[in-house]
Amino acid sequence: MTIELKSASKVIRGVTHIKPTSLVLETGHFNVLLGQTGSGKTSLIKLMAGLDPLASGEIWMDGQNVSRLSTQKRNVSLVHQFFVNYPQMTVYDNIASPLRVAGMAKSEIQGRVEEAADILQLRPMLNRRPQELSGGQQQRCALARAIAKESRAVFLDEPLANLDYKLREELREQLPELFAGRGAVVVYATSEPEEALLLGGKTALMDDGVVTQYGTTAQIYRKPENLTAARVFSDPPINAARMSKVGDTATLDTGASWTVSGAAAGLPDGAYTLAIRPHHVTPVPAGTDYVKLSGKVLVTELSGSESSAHFQLGDDGWVSLAHGVHPYEVGEAHEFYMDASHAFYFTQDGKLVA
Amino acid sequence: MKTENQKAWFFVLPVLLLVAFNALVPIMTVVNYSVQETFGNNVFFWQGLDWFEQILRSDRFQAALGRQFLFTFLILIIEIPLGIIIALSMPKKGMWVPVCLVLMALPMLIPWNVVGAMWNIFTLPKIGLLGYFLNDVLGVSYDMTQNPFAAWVTIIVMDVWHWTSLVVLLSYAGLVSIPDAYYQAAKIDGASPWKVFRYIQLPKMKTVLTIAILLRFMDSFNIYTEPFVLTGGGPGNSTTLLSIDLVKIALGQFDLGPAAAMSLIYFAITLLVSWLFYTLMTKDDAQ
Repeated sequence: MTIELKSASKVIRGVTHIKPTSLVLETGHFNVLLGQTGSGKTSLIKLMAGLDPLASGEIWMDGQNVSRLSTQKRNVSLVHQFFVNYPQMTVYDNIASPLRVAGMAKSEIQGRVEEAADILQLRPMLNRRPQELSGGQQQRCALARAIAKESRAVFLDEPLANLDYKLREELREQLPELFAGRGAVVVYATSEPEEALLLGGKTALMDDGVVTQYGTTAQIYRKPENLTAARVFSDPPINAARMSKVGDTATLDTGASWTVSGAAAGLPDGAYTLAIRPHHVTPVPAGTDYVKLSGKVLVTELSGSESSAHFQLGDDGWVSLAHGVHPYEVGEAHEFYMDASHAFYFTQDGKLVA
Repeated sequence: MKTENQKAWFFVLPVLLLVAFNALVPIMTVVNYSVQETFGNNVFFWQGLDWFEQILRSDRFQAALGRQFLFTFLILIIEIPLGIIIALSMPKKGMWVPVCLVLMALPMLIPWNVVGAMWNIFTLPKIGLLGYFLNDVLGVSYDMTQNPFAAWVTIIVMDVWHWTSLVVLLSYAGLVSIPDAYYQAAKIDGASPWKVFRYIQLPKMKTVLTIAILLRFMDSFNIYTEPFVLTGGGPGNSTTLLSIDLVKIALGQFDLGPAAAMSLIYFAITLLVSWLFYTLMTKDDAQ
């Protein structure tokens, strides 16, 4: 099964929510929509689900033009960030509700509900009401409804955002197997780059109502087409600084310079933007090909076994992320080492060149 | 080591005094009257529960109680569904929301005796707009000062006009607090508008509806000013509700003992029915 957007756009009361977007989403892997809050992930999902009308373009599902089809006829499921279940119905009735509306036979409904309940470990709770369940179980109930329905497409709109850390990890691990082999196109919206990497599959990066890049998740992580994509796909945010290149020598505005190698060596002389992920900027030298930077430490954080430090590099705020605990003094200058072999080079208008 | 002293009483004292003066003392005064015969110069004779028995056995009280229950029943059966329907048809967002809310709030802002006077003048034959229109234009014989049925219709319509807004505003508050996600889920399931109402809107409005029903019950059961100004309990005794009857006994005939006994019975019924409503409506949540 496939969902195909053909320059689909969405305009509500004169405000453009989705600019003309073309995209082909397929079954067999997760399709992650990755973007910050307000980038249009939910808008795009609502457009595909048929909850909002198209302003222009077309949407096709399995070679059928569904642009004018009502939500119900598109046969899709949606799992929300909030735990949306019918409050007065039992878990069983909640899972069964779309099947009943579809007019399915009682015995078949029972089979499907029980199968979905088994997969999501809801068997003992089938007779309870949603408000008697924990948050994780309520979301499982919503997921079970989507699975039992066996729809063509399942839209998961930040389904784990309101769960606590442990439940989130647990459910995220299970999600890919839940939908594996079911044939539905699974679309998963998230604002966390880490989730996209963990779920694998393909990722569509979204920014300001448009898909900026689409491809396998690993490929996008390794080669973000532009500076925006690199920023979206990095947490903590990617470090960026203006840089000029003359001959083999690259120089930052702060004066730090090094000899460029690899693809970057072939770039014509001029001004560029350098970007590098925080874990390639460390307080101790890693490898041999490093560049020494110095900046005033602004904020330090310790999370798990990693420590991060925000520091001022010229006009830019940079972040370093390193294993282990490092003795930073807030307000004092500290030396950091950038592994320039992992740097991205963008033109001044943000295109990836090396 | 724990320090124990009696200082906590000082914190409770203000509320204790407040409750004593606005509830306990008046009620105990009424209890005092209800078990005695009162004469001038503060001369009292002990009567025990005689007044209670007399009131409960009297046809006059039973008739007024019957009218009271009928009135309250009609009010609830009309205002609650009507309020929900109006709330459902109000816009959820946009420039018309404040307009609708203000229009809805208007009747509730008018003092009760003014409402009674307004409707009195409005419905008088020959003089009132509605009275003139019905009698002289449409040719419908309508005179609430002569016809008991017309009087009942008038007090019911007046109360619906005055208080349905309360149900509307409470239901509306319940409705707008339902996240869009629920409606989207229903749309994706293909649920009909009735199912959306039955399984999403009604359950989500339950708390505010419980409050609306309780408030409308208590208010309509204790109603006095509007029908008193509008019909004065007439024609005959046809619209003499409990409170109107009570005031007649207490201030008209100055029978303080029976009036006090009747007040306590009245209070007990209000309390009991409110408790029943509340228990029934919140039963599900307690499970």
